[in-house]
Amino acid sequence: MEITVRETIKKTVLKHLKKKNGLILGQCLSAVGWVGGTIPELTEKEGVIELSMADVANGGIVVGAGLSNRRPIYVIRYQGFNWFNAPIILNYACKSKEIWNVPCPIFIRGIAMEGSIGPVAGSSHYSLYYRMPGIKIISPMTPKEYILAYDHFMKNDDVYYVSEHRGSYNNTLELSDHLSGKLDIVIFGISITRFEAKKVKEVLLKKGFKIGIANILWIKPFEIKNKWIVALKKAKFGGLILDDDYTTGVASDMAYQLMKKSNKNVETMGLKDKSAGFSKKSDNLPPNTNEIIEKILKIIKNKK
Amino acid sequence: MNKNFRLEIFKKASLCRNFEEEVVKNVNNKKISTPVYVSAGQEFIASTLAAICQKKKIKPLLFGQHRCHSIYLAFGGKPIKLIDELLGRETGCTQGKGGSASIHSKVINMYGHDGLMGSNGPIGVGACFATKKPTIIFLGDAAAEEDYVLGALGWASHKKLPILFIIEDNDFSILTKKSVRRNWNMKDVARSFKLEGHEIKDDPKEIEKYSKLFFKKPTLLNINTNRIFWHAGGGKDSDKTFDRFKSETKILGVKAKKINKMYEIYIKKLWKLQLEKQ
Repeated sequence: MEITVRETIKKTVLKHLKKKNGLILGQCLSAVGWVGGTIPELTEKEGVIELSMADVANGGIVVGAGLSNRRPIYVIRYQGFNWFNAPIILNYACKSKEIWNVPCPIFIRGIAMEGSIGPVAGSSHYSLYYRMPGIKIISPMTPKEYILAYDHFMKNDDVYYVSEHRGSYNNTLELSDHLSGKLDIVIFGISITRFEAKKVKEVLLKKGFKIGIANILWIKPFEIKNKWIVALKKAKFGGLILDDDYTTGVASDMAYQLMKKSNKNVETMGLKDKSAGFSKKSDNLPPNTNEIIEKILKIIKNKK
Repeated sequence: MNKNFRLEIFKKASLCRNFEEEVVKNVNNKKISTPVYVSAGQEFIASTLAAICQKKKIKPLLFGQHRCHSIYLAFGGKPIKLIDELLGRETGCTQGKGGSASIHSKVINMYGHDGLMGSNGPIGVGACFATKKPTIIFLGDAAAEEDYVLGALGWASHKKLPILFIIEDNDFSILTKKSVRRNWNMKDVARSFKLEGHEIKDDPKEIEKYSKLFFKKPTLLNINTNRIFWHAGGGKDSDKTFDRFKSETKILGVKAKKINKMYEIYIKKLWKLQLEKQ
């Protein structure tokens, strides 16, 4: 039977607690649902640590646990909460190895979701971490990618920001790049937009356009694969980065790096430059299939 | 208080004071060019705690902040490595990267500070929770006001950690007095979080009185003290500041004077040797 991302995370956490002397810390971990079913139903004695609601202090407490070599997993229920949770992690844990020669490995599970959850809780906000030294950022959307992220963390001693998305928790499939043939445009998808990119490819194929797909797993360091540049150079209308964060952060920086390497135009598409409200009308969602298609057709039209 | 024990404390304080006198000298003659946060005037806090831990055979995790030379020296950090650190050398205790404010030593379990005031509060609590080792967190009266320090106090109390919060209360945030900043005190805050909370002077006798609580239950001591020199640098705000070091020297008499002379010669020599290496 195929295993979901949800089950993969839960198994990974269980292994971390039972076999690696690890800890998992966060707020309301044992509340209804155990964080979307991604946390084994264990006790504090077994390593599941309920923190108080003091977000900023909690970030610091996790850093302290990181210094003690317990390799804490830190659950941030909504990525928007990083405004309060990130400061001590970024200013201490990420610098500790460089300044004091004391590694402070932490596996931060930043969880994104969206839709009618207002101005803080929605979407991915890894851009908050991106500009600081000493951190690795990865956004796994498949079971194998999640295992890769965890294994990588266990072999290294850095701080890892793992940008999860609840929309991926039921996924059982692996996502691969599609870059063969003569392409019109290459979509570079990040996080939840990768699923949308797949749909866009199929719809546009029926309209006679060939869309390439490149899956961005590693956000920092941004791992640019050679085959992406080869495909981008050949693509008639350049590339488009899709993001679940604001485009003024990570996506723009990636576009710049891709353009420098390929000499091709790379556009960005992500959250709109506005605050999300709670109502459907005022929401700020990542680009959907229709919006992406519209954008691609516009790019093509403008270049013709 | 046993006189020999008081002399043991004085030895540590004398090492710290003489070290800081040399720091100030070298700041003023521009041999040290980075910002320094001198702990002269406050050294009896770290010295007494270090002597108590030594007596109890406890090697705690230490989380200081920017005014931390005395913590490092009193708990056994090597003076030469601190001199090198202040001179920005790779042989310094923080590889010349931390400077005065981020002193670190694996040997004495002292963790460097990152410059965010009070961040050592929650970090120390997290380290104590994960290891269950006795832990001392040193905060200034201003850093203690940081909201995340309060969150950390609450959680340390809830988890009944073997932790000691020391508020080195010199009444100043740079030069802004406590009375301007708040109308509450840390002893009451600690008690409201169900910690042992007490307000005392930096008199070694008073600190020792509370030592039976150390690491048995989460405890906070707000210790009133005075810094002799500026917040940063080598100047003085006033010549009338009460100086615990002078008062202890007077109480302990000739033996203390002899000890102090010995440390004066030792520290001056160390600084001279290290400066000549430049």
